Amino acid sequence: MLVCHALNASHHVAGFYQNQPENLGWWDNLVGPGKPLDTQRFFVVGSNYLGSCFGSTGPASINPANGKPWGADFPVVTVEDWVETQARLADHLGIDTFAAVIGGSLGAMQALQWTLSYPQRVRHALVIAAAAKLSPQNIAFNEVARQAIMTDPDFHGGHYYDKGVVPTRGLRIARMIGHITYLSGEAMAEKFGRLLRRKTLGFDFDIDFEVESYLRYQGDKFSTYFDANTYLRITKALDYFDPAGDFDGNLSAALARAQAQFLVVSFKSDWRFPPARSREVVRALLDNRRIVSYLEIDAPGGHDAFLLEDPRYHAALRSYFATIDL
Amino acid sequence: MRADLDAIVRWVPEGARVLDLGCGDGALLRSLWQERKAPGYGVEIDDDSVIACVANDVNVLQVDLESGLGLFADASFDCVILSLTLQAVHRTEAVLREMLRVGREAIVSFPNFGHWSARLQVMLGKMPVSAALPYEWYETPNVHHCTVTDFEDLCRRLGIRIRERLVLHEGKPVSLMPNLLGSLAVYRCTQS
Repeated sequence: MLVCHALNASHHVAGFYQNQPENLGWWDNLVGPGKPLDTQRFFVVGSNYLGSCFGSTGPASINPANGKPWGADFPVVTVEDWVETQARLADHLGIDTFAAVIGGSLGAMQALQWTLSYPQRVRHALVIAAAAKLSPQNIAFNEVARQAIMTDPDFHGGHYYDKGVVPTRGLRIARMIGHITYLSGEAMAEKFGRLLRRKTLGFDFDIDFEVESYLRYQGDKFSTYFDANTYLRITKALDYFDPAGDFDGNLSAALARAQAQFLVVSFKSDWRFPPARSREVVRALLDNRRIVSYLEIDAPGGHDAFLLEDPRYHAALRSYFATIDL
Repeated sequence: MRADLDAIVRWVPEGARVLDLGCGDGALLRSLWQERKAPGYGVEIDDDSVIACVANDVNVLQVDLESGLGLFADASFDCVILSLTLQAVHRTEAVLREMLRVGREAIVSFPNFGHWSARLQVMLGKMPVSAALPYEWYETPNVHHCTVTDFEDLCRRLGIRIRERLVLHEGKPVSLMPNLLGSLAVYRCTQS
């Protein structure tokens, strides 16, 4: 079983390292012994995508040609590239066919791409909180995030590693924008309301509302561990993904190659990749008479719902995994 | 198995592509696969039923059949089934039309409101409650009850051709005065 990660995660899918018991994997609620994706039944592979800052070669890695970090010279990579690297990893591990490839959001794009790049090597694809291509609105959000990074004076055209600085301000803003799109309006209202951080309105530009404090905290945290060049590249990978692009925009024609059985899951409160986008994928699969089930879960979490523990969502995945023959 | 399902399984040809609207836990689709090698999809809105379908290894699509069958291309199924769901559908005409857009054939079953026990209960001043109509008026999901005659009138008006009809009571076919003596009706229809 191959688990593909989304924007800011890594190969660390579940569990924790011995010396960091509080640092749980990003899908720990789903993956593990006795969990819906039961590691006592499945051998689970989590790989870190090319261009990342968590292990695989990325912009911060050393370019052997000049002994310096790649920085801006690191190429823009695509979802197809990631699937290619994962296939080579599978070769290396001696895995001919995956029982399933699963992912949410950008991870779901990889799961979908797997069924197109290697139709014979994936039996089931679990495509969660997905879109077959980004909408102009999605691209617009990504562009604002990229502009925030690239206009940070510490960005230095992407060659900031040897200058001893990090475009922290840009990364913070990029993350804050991203975070707004991951949560539903409803989830934000429930979590923060209009609660004030201080006793009364300050009539200045310090933090008034809890939601501001939350966004700043998320932005600050992110800017300490994530690489700006990586962020630029993954948002481009998202923007570029469009399997129907080579087929005059006809997704049904694009998915004709797929052989896998599909489970497509969307969340009603997700406005970044709303259910209508998942239904486009389902419709294209139906046009090709593929085996597919589709769930539209009424969970409040927004796009991030795919990472959260909703009983219906997890029950459905658990049931689906149980039907996969080994 | 419910008597109408038995008839439906018999009417579905071997290997037919089937769409079951309001498929519940997928039991019908499972028997269609086992007995007729008919592959299919279910449409269901209820969370628990959808999860049950997944567990039963039945293809299920969680969409609202009332808002149209936009996921499905024209004539992409041999049979589209609506079993004991018609009476709970709000946009009855639209759903029947959609069924015959995406399918070559529609199979519809519903509890017959014209059965004598329902008529008697109404005559005695009560809303009918029976094995075929098991809900009290204040808790029923049913919104559009009809009789055998009503359904056939609607088909005529919509240009739907009835190919076969089976009216049942307690699992047995009723041929004499079906609208009075039958509690369950099953129809096989096509575009005329």
